Amino acid sequence: MAHFIDRRLNPKDKSLSNRRRFLKRVRSQIKKAVEDAVRERGIADVDRAKDVTVPTKGVAEPSFRKSADGGLRERVFTGNKSFQAGDRIEKPPRGGGGGGGRQGSADGDGEDDFLFALSREEFLDFFFDDLELPDLIKQSLKEITRTHPHRAGYSTSGAPANINITRTMRNALGRRIGLKRPKDKEAEDLLKQILKLEKAASPTSEQREELAALRARYEEVVRRRKVVAYIDPLDVRYNYFEQQPEPNANAVMFCLMDVSASMGEREKDLAKRFFMLLHLFLSRRYEKTEIVFIRHTHDASEVDEDTFFYSPQTGGTVVSTALVVMKEVIEARYPPSEWNIYAAQASDGENFSGDSQKCVSLLSEDLMRVCQYFAYVEIVGEDEAQLINSEATGMELWESYGRVAEIWPNFARKRVSAIADIYPVFRELFAREPAGKNHG
Amino acid sequence: MVKRATKPESGLLFDQADWDFDTLWRTFDAIEQVAREDLELDFYPNQIEIISSEQMLDAYSSIGMPLMYHHWSFGKHFLGHERLYRKGARGLAYEIVINSNPCISYCLEENTMPLQALVMAHAAFGHNHFFKSNHLFEQWTDADGILDYLEYARRFIASCEEKHGLEDVEATLDAAHSLMPHGVFRHRRPRQLSLREAEEQRQARIAAAEQNVYYLWNTIPDADEGQQSQDSGLLDRKRDMQLPEENLLYFLEHYSPVLTSWQREILRIVRNIGQYFYPQKQTKVMNEGCACFIHYYILNKLHEQGRLSDGAMLEILHSHTNVLTQPDFDDPRFSGINPYALGFAMMEDIKRVCLNPTEEDREWFPDIAGSGDWRNVLKHAWANYRDESFIQQFLSPAVMRRFRMFAISDESSSRYCTVTGIHNSHGYRHLRDALALDHDLSALEPDIQVADADLLGDRCLHLKAVRRNSVPLDADSKLATLKHVERLWGYKVEITEVDAHR
Repeated sequence: MAHFIDRRLNPKDKSLSNRRRFLKRVRSQIKKAVEDAVRERGIADVDRAKDVTVPTKGVAEPSFRKSADGGLRERVFTGNKSFQAGDRIEKPPRGGGGGGGRQGSADGDGEDDFLFALSREEFLDFFFDDLELPDLIKQSLKEITRTHPHRAGYSTSGAPANINITRTMRNALGRRIGLKRPKDKEAEDLLKQILKLEKAASPTSEQREELAALRARYEEVVRRRKVVAYIDPLDVRYNYFEQQPEPNANAVMFCLMDVSASMGEREKDLAKRFFMLLHLFLSRRYEKTEIVFIRHTHDASEVDEDTFFYSPQTGGTVVSTALVVMKEVIEARYPPSEWNIYAAQASDGENFSGDSQKCVSLLSEDLMRVCQYFAYVEIVGEDEAQLINSEATGMELWESYGRVAEIWPNFARKRVSAIADIYPVFRELFAREPAGKNHG
Repeated sequence: MVKRATKPESGLLFDQADWDFDTLWRTFDAIEQVAREDLELDFYPNQIEIISSEQMLDAYSSIGMPLMYHHWSFGKHFLGHERLYRKGARGLAYEIVINSNPCISYCLEENTMPLQALVMAHAAFGHNHFFKSNHLFEQWTDADGILDYLEYARRFIASCEEKHGLEDVEATLDAAHSLMPHGVFRHRRPRQLSLREAEEQRQARIAAAEQNVYYLWNTIPDADEGQQSQDSGLLDRKRDMQLPEENLLYFLEHYSPVLTSWQREILRIVRNIGQYFYPQKQTKVMNEGCACFIHYYILNKLHEQGRLSDGAMLEILHSHTNVLTQPDFDDPRFSGINPYALGFAMMEDIKRVCLNPTEEDREWFPDIAGSGDWRNVLKHAWANYRDESFIQQFLSPAVMRRFRMFAISDESSSRYCTVTGIHNSHGYRHLRDALALDHDLSALEPDIQVADADLLGDRCLHLKAVRRNSVPLDADSKLATLKHVERLWGYKVEITEVDAHR
């Protein structure tokens, strides 16, 4: 009369479509949450799942319901300790929490936000969506620095260690069958018969004839077995390896940023996004990606991420100091033969006068030789961005870097005034790839 | 069979925590035997489905129904539940049971064998008996047809999405969902329709609804001829549309000037599902109390017969007590009265009153005190009451004392709350009234009716909300909901709040 049904193997995720519908509905709120996450998170862990809070307003399911206050109401509670009928209890002051047992219908004002978790993929979707990045860019980071053997079929020559036994034996078997090489057993049988006949003391003429025939056949068999070898050099196959170029598995990313007072919250946020994106790409491409943070005012130093973004510092602005530190770090820890070196520099464009020339020479003579890419973003105010129309003109640092960009194809400079501007920097960086190849 | 070899000797149904289907069968049969022969329960055939935790989360978010149409709000609930579950902040229900014929219970695969026994006794016999015997369910829900209906609803809404676009369907569903609590007939008993009749009626209704719309358009030019008095026009309308009408969805479905026929059908689906759940909302205490009482009785019986080990019984009691905890009002876990605890305590108390009544019980319950026939008293109660009337009838002083109940009244203009009654001889009756009212759905939900709609005039829809004890409607959600009503009505919608005459 009862049925037991095992439904465990039925497809789950029945509500996947409901989930998608919901995410679509709260798109704008999620985007904001993702933006906040980008601000809060460290560069290296952007691409993780995320708890997202959405204000109930957007996803409320309203209905006519009774207000939480007003009018007369009566409720029954449990666990009386000392109350007597007629006792009067002072109400807790408005807004003061801690009223026991008043959580019943706190849904009214919509102050409790709806919280849920976004998976890593969903998070990245929203993150990239913001920047409108095409997929192809994610694959175009490439710099050949070493080769690695890859299997590439079979060959007829090679080192004995690379013999492919299966393939060799299969060839040999085919050849033996094709050329009708007599089997071991056939030869043995013949030999046995011959020996048996030879044992006979007085062979009849019939037997003698048979013996002769057998001997002749035996010789033929032995001859064929000699001619048709069990394994012929023709059969031997070797595993073939091709030396395929592989990108170096290690990358180091230098983040250089001007942290003098002129870099405000907005500028740092834009810079952080830029660094994050670069890191995201590098970490997809390389097995191991390290980040070096170098901040500078009139003096530069290597710092950790928190200090880099959040610790204030005052002073002038001498950009070349950061490049010097970068050069020192490369020499000390990251030999260019083993590391792909990427650098991203963010600044508001100000520099101590006369220093820009020093930067140019540092870059051209030392750094650009070892860097895969050097990207410079100049963060400008949004109103400023409208005034500057020309790529050529700008502050001293911008113009000096322009000269570097002319010589080195793997140097990019870009002005950024809003989040949406960050993406074109990447497009320029990676679209230039073919040209770079021609040079190298 | 190999499994037979593992069957424990000594009459125990099982002796380990892991379950397999053989053990489930054996335990189910034992439980059924007690349910049938000792308690003499009446229940639908059972269908027990074992599901994984993800599937349980799925089932959760679509209000427990196995086949539900797609809507973003279910996704929202899914994400909410999932987050809490993954964080470990909330466990999953051990089971979900569906009022259908056959009665479907979903049991979680992670349950241990003692828990499966508990869950089967609770859902497959407790809830099942209640669904089949309670008059509300019998009158208002259609256990035979619900699964078919849901399947139909899902296909219909999917086909609408294909034809009319996701957004339009979603907007209609949003609006309909917001009125779901006001899409039930509370007093008028709906006709019981078989699935085929329902389908025929739907076709006829679509045709009629289209006719209606034409008819409306046709009559507009003629409106000037009848310059009768305003009052008689209103009376006519009230008679034609059977106003006042408390079922807002029903009214909109039939009289809205702007809805197309598929939208009307969607309203109807939402309304039917709301109606299907209405008895469950009215019988939380009784339904859970009944299921808890039955599982407690059956499992204790099996333990007495030596078919459940002490260890299994302890685990069962542990879960049982967890569910039936009633925290005190000053406990941080307090969130109102636990329907499981109240229902179970009242039913155990009825049994006690039947078997060993005190003087007090004889005074309060002269009919049943000492009658000894608690099985039939309980079965009668399960069949014929709902929460409000059950409490009014059966809440005994002993239970009130045990819970140490007290009632507080809160007048918003006053700085003080007043304790209006506690568990003493002066307070019992007042407490019982207050608690019954607290479980009366018609008192808990706002009373909103369609007062007037002049289809030939300004077409403004007038709603009337009757305030009970001058408790107003929540202002924010009122405005948001009105927007939804306006979307369905197509013209202006007004709501006036009136204080009830006392």
